Amino acid sequence: MNKVLMKGNEAIGEAAIAAGCRYFFGYPITPQSELPEFLSRRLPQVGGVFLQAESEVAAINMVYGAASTGARVMTSSSSPGISLKQEGISYLAASELPCVIVNIMRAGPGLGGIQPSQSDYFQATRGGGHGDYRTIVLAPASVQEIVDLVIEGFELADRYRLPVMILGDGNLGQMMEPVQMDRTAKGRLPAKPWALTGKKGRPRNIINSLNLDPEKLEMHNRKLERRYQEIKERETKAESYLTDDAEIVVAAYGIVARVSKAAVDRARAEGIKAGLFRPITLWPFPEKELNEATARARNVLTVEMSLGQMVEDVKLALNGRLPAAFYGRVGGVVPTVSGVFEEIQKINQNSGKVK
Amino acid sequence: MAVVFERPRSLTDQRFRYCPGCHHGIIHRLVAEAIDDLEIQDRTIAVASVGCSVFSYEYFDTDAIQAAHGRAPAVATGIKRVEPECVVFTYQGDGDLAAIGTAEIVHAAARGENITVIFVNNAVYGMTSGQMAPTTLIGQVTTTSPDGRIPSRAGYPIRVCELLNTLEGPAYLARVSVHDPRHVREAKKAIKEAFQVQLAGKGFSLVEVLSACPTNWHLSPLEAIEWIKEKMIPYYPLGKFKNVLEVKEDA
Ligand SMILES: Cc1ncc(C[n+]2csc(CCOP(=O)(O)OP(=O)(O)O)c2C)c(N)n1
Ligand code: SF4
Repeated sequence: MNKVLMKGNEAIGEAAIAAGCRYFFGYPITPQSELPEFLSRRLPQVGGVFLQAESEVAAINMVYGAASTGARVMTSSSSPGISLKQEGISYLAASELPCVIVNIMRAGPGLGGIQPSQSDYFQATRGGGHGDYRTIVLAPASVQEIVDLVIEGFELADRYRLPVMILGDGNLGQMMEPVQMDRTAKGRLPAKPWALTGKKGRPRNIINSLNLDPEKLEMHNRKLERRYQEIKERETKAESYLTDDAEIVVAAYGIVARVSKAAVDRARAEGIKAGLFRPITLWPFPEKELNEATARARNVLTVEMSLGQMVEDVKLALNGRLPAAFYGRVGGVVPTVSGVFEEIQKINQNSGKVK
Repeated sequence: MAVVFERPRSLTDQRFRYCPGCHHGIIHRLVAEAIDDLEIQDRTIAVASVGCSVFSYEYFDTDAIQAAHGRAPAVATGIKRVEPECVVFTYQGDGDLAAIGTAEIVHAAARGENITVIFVNNAVYGMTSGQMAPTTLIGQVTTTSPDGRIPSRAGYPIRVCELLNTLEGPAYLARVSVHDPRHVREAKKAIKEAFQVQLAGKGFSLVEVLSACPTNWHLSPLEAIEWIKEKMIPYYPLGKFKNVLEVKEDA
């Protein structure tokens, strides 16, 4: 099949349709508005429903209602809007309802700016709302990968009965790249005997997150935790580039990984043994994969569009085995290839001196 | 012997947790009877809210979901958009619907969302033990209006039916009370009509039910009934504000 040129935000929409998603509830915010705009045209064409909610709070609660019927449903927003969605995300997680939530991050805190950022990493990977819970977080680095991960996101959501977040930055949403759009979800939706459809002769189904009995609520929390453990064991995903003999491994995700890859190439051209480690699942964080990719390394440099968030997971994964440096740009500033290269150079010089 | 009175099929045999003299129980029963009468139990989905009625998902013998505080109309919207053949209703208190959930109810109504809302107005936050609600009357003492609600400090009570009646979206709006048998019968009729409007696909329907909270009003159940008659009804007049089905019939 031929490749088509698509904007990241629109590719998310088309991929969702390919995954069997027919319901979208959203509220406009830059830099993701092309996604609801696209779906307002596309969903009615495939017999689906697009609804512009009155707020992000309402949108995520519409998702909660639609997901409770067993339908594949999606919402999207950008940072300040995701903050508002956290209430509903906590309810979805507690009630074990699958859905896909897209966060095309912009710079914050507060109203911040509309330029790209990765500063919602903590919020995305730590649950974000109240209570003990996690959501699977997928971080694409290209428009093609957006398509693949959105489709996979719906499958993971259904398999583990939880919200899946697609975490991209403003660049990824806005840029255009050729994509192959011939992928569809693997097979049919899994059976959802828990879904609300009207009793129709069976015993009633209840979707609920209230549990006033502490022992029972603890059991529920433990049950969720067992599932999170299972996901940690099975679903981590990462990409390594030139790490086999790398002495300095750069860890970066999303668009920053692409910048870092070019910096690694430049370092190699200068004779520095650099490599790149790119987590694709941010939760669960690919700890084992990071340790494999840094087996020969002496230093790890984490690069982010934040003041240092993923670097904490990198340090946890390394568990003191290697020094972990950090380089970040914030406020909507995208790290440049030469900026990252200079950091690699600095580490290379220092590690040459020290010993 | 002929059975003249029995438990509605659409109620489970769970015992209500409500206080003595609370009207939530009566209102639950009316909703269940309406569901039975219309023979829609097998396709009804209840949306429970947050408040004393939070456990209503245990009481209604239908599929049910528990919504976050104030968000029931949004949750119902999500369900109804996927399952248009189902009858979807929310059951919400006044704190839930008229404070934290004001945006959700106004916009569900404005969209003409084809759902039914049972709105229980007891002029107070019941579950959290008697704080001021948006519907608390002027002069009414609550734990957070200890000197009585004073408009210069706390603003004025909201008349939800009148407010929503300014919108094009609603197809049915009525305010009823359950303080005596005659009013109970009228309330039942209104609840049934509201469901009929949804079944006819006409759009948003809401029944506001004035309801006693003897516990937080610090009145006996009988005094609470008097209080509804003397204090609540004058500020919250009973009646039908809108019924598109009736308009059709008249024309
Ligand atoms: C987000 C959020 N804020 C506050 C609460 C606490 N809360 C529980 S019930 C309630 C008031 C409910 O009052 P109302 O809707 O009038 O119902 P009633 O209890 O009177 O039947 C509040 C504030 C909550 N559960 N969630
Ligand atoms: S506190 Fe009030 S509303 Fe709640 S159950 Fe008791 S009487 Fe009913």
